[in-house]
Amino acid sequence: MVVLVAPFFVAFALFFLAPIGYAIYQSFFKLTSSGLGLTEPVLEFAGLGNYVTALSQEAFVASIGRVLVFSLIEVPTMVVCALGLALLLDSARARFQPFFRVSFFLPYGVPGVIASLLWGFLYVPQTSPLIDVLAAMGLPHDFLGPDTILLSIANISTWQFAGYNMLVLIAGLQAIPRELYEAARVDGASELRIAWHVKIPLVRAPLILITVFTLIGTLQLVVEPLILKPLTTAINSDYTPNLAAYNQAFGQADVHLASAEATLIAIMAFVISFGFLRLVNRKGNRAW
Amino acid sequence: MVNRWRPATVVVMALLLAAAVYFLLPVVWVLVAATKSTADLFGTFGLWSPHPQLGANLGRLFGDGLFGRWILNSFLYAGAGALAATVLSAGAGYAMAKFPFRGREALFNLVLAGVLVPSTVLALPTYLIFSQAGLTGSFWSVLLPSVVSPFGVYLARIHANAAIPDALLESARLDGAGEYRIFFSIGLKIMSPALVTIFLFQFIGIWNNYFLPLVMLSDQNLYPVTLGLALWNSQTFRNPAYFELTVTGAAVSALLLVITMASLQRFWRAGLTAGSVKG
Repeated sequence: MVVLVAPFFVAFALFFLAPIGYAIYQSFFKLTSSGLGLTEPVLEFAGLGNYVTALSQEAFVASIGRVLVFSLIEVPTMVVCALGLALLLDSARARFQPFFRVSFFLPYGVPGVIASLLWGFLYVPQTSPLIDVLAAMGLPHDFLGPDTILLSIANISTWQFAGYNMLVLIAGLQAIPRELYEAARVDGASELRIAWHVKIPLVRAPLILITVFTLIGTLQLVVEPLILKPLTTAINSDYTPNLAAYNQAFGQADVHLASAEATLIAIMAFVISFGFLRLVNRKGNRAW
Repeated sequence: MVNRWRPATVVVMALLLAAAVYFLLPVVWVLVAATKSTADLFGTFGLWSPHPQLGANLGRLFGDGLFGRWILNSFLYAGAGALAATVLSAGAGYAMAKFPFRGREALFNLVLAGVLVPSTVLALPTYLIFSQAGLTGSFWSVLLPSVVSPFGVYLARIHANAAIPDALLESARLDGAGEYRIFFSIGLKIMSPALVTIFLFQFIGIWNNYFLPLVMLSDQNLYPVTLGLALWNSQTFRNPAYFELTVTGAAVSALLLVITMASLQRFWRAGLTAGSVKG
């Protein structure tokens, strides 16, 4: 038994717990150079100093606020899109289901970097057929301005993962016994009422699952802004907490402050996703 | 089943069609763009290629061998990492489902907590500790962290709990089979749908990963394709010829995974049902 469990937990300890522990440890120290900087800087215990520094940096706090706003936009959008597509495909009216299922799912196979590159080209007037069409119709078409950039990033995430989340929900929908629908139809319920009162309550568990994973995904946002950054001035190097920590470690070479920031992000993501699970599990049967 | 196209059917189909256009647009755009010269990329309508030169673009893409190498690296990182992660998850998940031992629930809660820790947040601390161990910049620095999949252990345990009857294990023990033989010949076989899911999840996860190799690697020869394309993209400002390479490379790597995904759709569906079993 030990032989079966041990390999995973050894790897888990080495490549998961140890880095977290090391980052927390590092976050309590700082390098101080004495006097005129003529001597080597000394490593000093800083207590919570790095955390105070991180949370008093306007840019870092702003980046936390930004991903929270991003989550508030992206999580409901994702859930509504995935659920809408799943219900449409699951309805008796849908034809050509395999074609639609594959086309919605395809973007999941496109790495975030490449998805961001592709949408980046579609957001830039010189290369975008989308902007040509929108401009010809007289519609707004600035995807990279300070007011729209967050929505443009949300669009990339939705494009990438909505089809995958839809498949998770479809798997849940297909597990519902068809007799339930028949019974509802005999009682005179419309398809919309069946969707609202029968289907949605019965896919509660997979809905919670995709909400939590979307939540975690949004809070760790880093790739999309990193790739879109050269295209717009609306993204700075502290745009998201992850980007700020990366910049702190590699741009400013302050691993101690970067460690404190990474720890803060991990705590934030954990508390929010765990809190969400507690909230939904309290209100009814355990879903996860 | 409805056989005529009623108004409701038309509405459903129109919505589905609009969604399909949305999901396919970037893919179609990049496939068209991959056939263009840099001049045409900026000078012509996005969804039409007046002077296709796909052959020339592909020739330049694979010309110096670097792109082929990145693709190969990606397959190596994702294949080896996902395989190891699947084996580790299967063992841990099976044992946690079938053997009550002290501290089991505490360990499982630790794994569940691990699922909630964002992977990109882990990349930076892993870099810091690896640089202490002198591992950064190596092939292993990207491969080793990829073999840990808390979600895989969660899936494996749930599936082993639901699908492997205790009575079956008991009768195998009575027949004199050792625990390892039971695991390898009965456990793994019954868990195989969940294991395929774990493998695919992890494969896609590693293939799509960008942040971990970004902090770990500096040698271009070790780059996965995501990092390589981002590098080319960042060089377009100095040399516009890189636009052709970036776009054609993006098309090739997107197409590669899309084909893999589509051909494995059957397994995805089997595994997804396994994943939605209640815990």
